[in-house]
Amino acid sequence: MKRLVTHTDGQPVAVAARVVSWLLVALLTAALFSFAFSQLQYGWNWDAIWQYRQKFLQGWLMTVIISAAALVVSLVIGLLTALARRSSFLPLRYLAVLYVETIRGTPLLVQILILFYVVANAIGIENRYVVGVITLSLFAGAYLAEMIRSGIESIRDSQLESARAIGLTRSQTYRYVIFPQVVRQLIPPLTGQFASIIKDSSLLSIIAVSEFTLNAQEVNAFTYSTLESYLPLAVGYLLLTLPVSLMSRALERKFHYAT
Amino acid sequence: MRLEFCGLGKQFGEQQALRDVTLTIPEFQSLAIIGPSGGGKTTLLRIIAGLEIQEKGYLCINGQRLEVDEEALLAHRRTIGTVFQAYNLFPHLTALENVVLPLVKVHGFSEREARDTAGALFARFQLAGHAHRRPAELSGGQQQRVAIVRAIAIKPRFLLFDEPTSALDPEMTAEVLDFIAELRGEGRDLIIVTHNMGFAREVSDHCLFIAAGEVQEAGQSSDLFRKPHNPLLVNFLAKVLRY
Repeated sequence: MKRLVTHTDGQPVAVAARVVSWLLVALLTAALFSFAFSQLQYGWNWDAIWQYRQKFLQGWLMTVIISAAALVVSLVIGLLTALARRSSFLPLRYLAVLYVETIRGTPLLVQILILFYVVANAIGIENRYVVGVITLSLFAGAYLAEMIRSGIESIRDSQLESARAIGLTRSQTYRYVIFPQVVRQLIPPLTGQFASIIKDSSLLSIIAVSEFTLNAQEVNAFTYSTLESYLPLAVGYLLLTLPVSLMSRALERKFHYAT
Repeated sequence: MRLEFCGLGKQFGEQQALRDVTLTIPEFQSLAIIGPSGGGKTTLLRIIAGLEIQEKGYLCINGQRLEVDEEALLAHRRTIGTVFQAYNLFPHLTALENVVLPLVKVHGFSEREARDTAGALFARFQLAGHAHRRPAELSGGQQQRVAIVRAIAIKPRFLLFDEPTSALDPEMTAEVLDFIAELRGEGRDLIIVTHNMGFAREVSDHCLFIAAGEVQEAGQSSDLFRKPHNPLLVNFLAKVLRY
């Protein structure tokens, strides 16, 4: 029995031990929640929710689209910011510092409100989906910029020296020496960041972007079935974030090599 | 080859790495630069390599003055092979790819030509079995040999070695020094900064002793090691040859 629930360092975990331990955890969690829900005086009304299944699905798809778009745009922003932070032109470097520190130091909620009601309004962008993607991208871009920068800085000076010695230009050094290594390092945290973007996109509901969370809130408003509206929401997000984080771990193993 | 230094000076912060080095080294095939750590020998090599720019003076290689604008230095670096102490190779590329990279991206070889050229060199220097390994899978000595292959693959005008064995154990040191001696035997021009006096004496025909930012003594290796004049050099040799 002991062998089914314990793991010795340096040994692979046996399949049986894995299955038994996971079952145990699932059982415990299920028991805890069944108990909690059984204590609840609540009239479940899943029928009402079922009628709105289309709305859940549309919201969920919108969340996928917004998150994917934000991932791409945030990568571009993150890359440019990381390069700007290493620029020899000081105003550009400090602009990047200001951007990264402001974004990382303030709540996303506030950023969404200011960007939508103040900035977007002033420059005349009315499409809230566009503003939503831009805001999320700016938010995630600041974190990505720091990941990319630390990736670039992790490349030893000796390699940059070798690159110069063999006659690579600065841009060739980035292209053939720095970026291939940074990308490998970056893939695991990047997938983690993608999971964050998916969850963070739920905040766009406050500017009425019709994504997963807002749609669930609306269903709740129509049906007064709060738990039935929000439980599918949790499951829907897990369906997205769980594969992403499992993939992140798999990639981490794949790209792991000694330097 | 010939070298000529004229009033070369270089400073790092407070430290004067080279002070007013003026010297003409007549025709040589291999030059060893020796001296205590921090004495300025690596700085001199790096200036010759086009990796560092002197603040004062100039140098001529084979009678041609080395310009110090970045464009000229890049062109200069592309014609010579430089090997450092360690970590010369890019860790994300295999040994062969490390050699192929400059051939294709800097010297205009096609991918195919570059692979053939690199493959032939690997075979010739008993590295064929390691061609498809990443640097981390090679011993320190093998890494240095691959780095040297990368340096000679481009058919450089001459080779520069900056303490190429100082990060290696004695056995690997011998492996790498044998390789360099072999290249010398092929008639390649080379300049080596080394702590290995036996090797400097054996392989170089000319030698510079640099300490405190100045060339304290220069001459034929056979004379310089047999009859050192400068008291600093006498002292230095006595110290490093004691064990």
